[in-house]
Amino acid sequence: MNLSTAATADVPWAVWAIALPLGAAAAAFVSRRNLAWLGVIASLAVSATVTGLTWQVWRFGPRRYSVGGWGAPLGIDLYADGLSVLMLLMTAIIGVCVSVYAVGYFADRSAEANDDMGVAHRDNFWPLWLFLWAALNALFLSGDIFNLYVTLELITLSAVGLVTLAGSLTANAAALRYLLAALAGSLLYLLGVALLYASYGMLDIASLGRTMTPGSVSAAAIALMTVGLALKTALFPLHFWLPPAHANAPPPVSAVLSALVVKASFYLLLRLWFDAFPNVIALNAGSLLGILGAAAILWGSIQALVARRLKTLVAYSTVAQLGYLFLVFTLATPGETSTAWSGGVLFAISHACAKASMFLAVGSIQHAAGHDRIADLDGIGRQLPLTFFAVALASVSLMGLPPSGAFLAKWMLLEAALETGHVWLVVVILAGGLLAAGYLFRILGQAFTPSATAATFFVPRSMEGAALALALVALSLGLFSAPLLDLLRLGEIHVGNTAAAIMS
Amino acid sequence: VNIDPWVPLLVVLSSLIPGIWIFVLPEERISTRTVLNLAGAFLKVALVGLMMWGVYHEHRYEFRMPVLPELDLVLRADALGLLFVSLSAVLWLFTTIYAIAYLEGSPYRSRFFGFFSLCVSATVGVALAGNLFTFVIFYEILTLSTYPLVVHRGTPAALQAGRVYLRYTLAGGAVLLLASVWLYGLVGPIEFDEGVSLARLGNQSRGTLTAIFALLIAGLGVKAALVPLHGWLPVAMVAPAPVSALLHAVAVVKAGAFGIVRVVYDVYGIRFSEELGVTTPLAVLAGITIVYGSVRALFQDDLKRRLAFSTVSQVSFIVLGVAVVGPSSTIGGVVHLVHQGLMKITLFFCAGNMAETLGLHRISEMNGVGRRMPWTMAAFAVAAFGMIGVPPLAGFVSKWYLGVGAMEASQPWVLGVLATSTLLNAAYLLPVIHAAWFKEPQGAWHEDRSFGRLETHWALLMPPLVTAFLSLEGGLLAGTPFSPLRWVKLIVERAYAP
Repeated sequence: MNLSTAATADVPWAVWAIALPLGAAAAAFVSRRNLAWLGVIASLAVSATVTGLTWQVWRFGPRRYSVGGWGAPLGIDLYADGLSVLMLLMTAIIGVCVSVYAVGYFADRSAEANDDMGVAHRDNFWPLWLFLWAALNALFLSGDIFNLYVTLELITLSAVGLVTLAGSLTANAAALRYLLAALAGSLLYLLGVALLYASYGMLDIASLGRTMTPGSVSAAAIALMTVGLALKTALFPLHFWLPPAHANAPPPVSAVLSALVVKASFYLLLRLWFDAFPNVIALNAGSLLGILGAAAILWGSIQALVARRLKTLVAYSTVAQLGYLFLVFTLATPGETSTAWSGGVLFAISHACAKASMFLAVGSIQHAAGHDRIADLDGIGRQLPLTFFAVALASVSLMGLPPSGAFLAKWMLLEAALETGHVWLVVVILAGGLLAAGYLFRILGQAFTPSATAATFFVPRSMEGAALALALVALSLGLFSAPLLDLLRLGEIHVGNTAAAIMS
Repeated sequence: VNIDPWVPLLVVLSSLIPGIWIFVLPEERISTRTVLNLAGAFLKVALVGLMMWGVYHEHRYEFRMPVLPELDLVLRADALGLLFVSLSAVLWLFTTIYAIAYLEGSPYRSRFFGFFSLCVSATVGVALAGNLFTFVIFYEILTLSTYPLVVHRGTPAALQAGRVYLRYTLAGGAVLLLASVWLYGLVGPIEFDEGVSLARLGNQSRGTLTAIFALLIAGLGVKAALVPLHGWLPVAMVAPAPVSALLHAVAVVKAGAFGIVRVVYDVYGIRFSEELGVTTPLAVLAGITIVYGSVRALFQDDLKRRLAFSTVSQVSFIVLGVAVVGPSSTIGGVVHLVHQGLMKITLFFCAGNMAETLGLHRISEMNGVGRRMPWTMAAFAVAAFGMIGVPPLAGFVSKWYLGVGAMEASQPWVLGVLATSTLLNAAYLLPVIHAAWFKEPQGAWHEDRSFGRLETHWALLMPPLVTAFLSLEGGLLAGTPFSPLRWVKLIVERAYAP
């Protein structure tokens, strides 16, 4: 029996997961009233659809939907397996928390004193954010490299729009730089897509995986797409656009950018390398990505160690942490179940939750104190205990210490590195953890110092709660990783399984 | 319903849940906080008592939760783990009582007691860890939860001590993690009760296994304060007295020493360690640490700093006993885990009492303090004589078995180390006792807080008296069925069982 027919009998949760945020974005764009309510309700509804889809995949295995009944190669196919579902879940959890935070952030009247943000900017947040969410969900559910290009562009445009919401001159300059870098990345990717379509006449990832043959065209396409996506994921040395953009955006936007948007292009790279390219990829091509990843860990950490602003520190921490993700390409062998691959995905999820929490909490600190200069934040832990607690818990995850999910991910990456004899990567992974402790304890030490000001700081409860909730999720991932890893094993991205899913 | 599997988890939770509760408690809710602290501490002691009874009657206490494929989080009560758990649980109870009085009226107590509880939860986790993976998890949590206690006062000196502490312990943690993952890659999960046979890996793995052993000892040696990894311990003495008690007797240093015991007996196995040739270098390292720590202690005028170097020296008796192969030295080493804890916590309590009541920190200021604080100084004297190894105190029992073990293993140089350290211990502890009891006071004390008929707050006085009494009993009643020595003999019989 064809899987697509079987799916029509079920609820098409995957379609709803894209249509709902899209519709909500349109509504938010048109209505402009009660936006906060609309945003939160839409977030919860989207999460419900994602939960439904997760249940389906858990129960019945990978799903394939043909939108409007037109299957591949003509129509649009949506494909959901363990990996996509995990990415959707990650987006949903972070999405709900960011929405709750945003309600408090944009409603807080005291914000006007500190943040230079007009009412118009606030009203633009909700449509752009919901649109971005729709685009992210669409990306995680697409199995066709051209549709993936479209979703990538949608993500870029809405993300750049969100950065400009800060309204400041620096933010606009950063947004422009981000726009140019991201467009260049998309363009390179699109060139690769064109090359593949010209030589194989197909766009479906699973089909490409079965058909692609080694050759100069394939190599060129792989190189173009990889460089384009690496640029979008801010892999060292292509990270130049990330710190200004992430450090100058409004806090809920920084959280979404650092946690989700860069993960989207990484996810796509992971799909392509392990699903479309495994038969044609040169054996040592992954080593190059690994080397750059290692360089990113060291360079990002050093920059974070010397950063003067809190948000810059956190942004450079993202550069460093993204480096770990690229170690997967060195450590995992395409086409087989591997510890490194699962570890990489777990790391991505753990980092997403911890970094989102970090940016939200740091945003609260900036919001309350009116600045984020690290040197002038003495005693901040005493003034904003709950927010600071979130910072501390998120830091445990970012350092990769137990009981966080990142600790398990590091354990798995280390295991793979030792198994494959990459001793230098072992050193980098461990050094990266120590460097992370180095830059994060620059902040954490300030919980204990005497206060710099006598002012009492206030932050709305929803902002404090959202940051803390995400930090707790990141921390508890270490305890509940077993079901996640089981889910990940459902319809692993490897060629054989995908093919089997289509045949059944 | 069989509740046995849940008991080890409950022992961890009995301090974790009150700890989290205390975090969110407003500062002024003093009585609620006290009730939570004490309820957790008493419950823990009761649960540990239950497990001791159960292990004696061959119950199996094992909590298991899958975390990664083929890798579980395991909490299990075995004889060795129980020894450490009961030490920590009992000493934590007294340290809590002491800390409540010590910190009376000072700010940020919710934060302090929250991390205090986390710290002891992590220690219990370390003690009950059923495999190396679980051990590493709790060992790292212990590092993190101790940092806020070290920097609690927020002074530049405290923050600097915190930085030093983190540099040492996080680096040590990274090394331990590396060694654990490496070993896991070779032989899979290392369950402490099954005795993985590393010998089956064959001769070509001997080099690797030796390297892993060295990494494990380096990682654990940071907390156990083995020379040259001891630098953080004397710096960390800026922390409040209850924290010093926690660092030196209840939790941190002990976790490192306990880990070394685990590695030698339950990961590598004593026979295989000996065959691999790693025990002698470890013994030599312990010997050097013992002598070095004692020599450094001689030259400290700050009492807490002198005691800190004394810890560096004394904890290595545990390592020495483990590394000199033979049942008697093992008994000496493992029983010292308990004896050193009882004696050292007494000394730190007494030092804290003098600082808190009279503002005394330096030994040169302590002339005649015995007349002002007779009970405190009596407890101090008992513990100090125990440290020196005067019979019939607890320290003597440890040293006796270590000496006998050295002869059995025909390593007479160990006797030299024991003799030297005894002389040095006497040389740095007796002047304190002499000054306190036999010298004339130099005038008024720096401050003199009055506590009515008692020399100090009753809750500051009771804990050192009890622990001093226990260290006396540890030696006097060593032959009775309920002494630490008897329990250790049970452990050692099992370790050397064919």
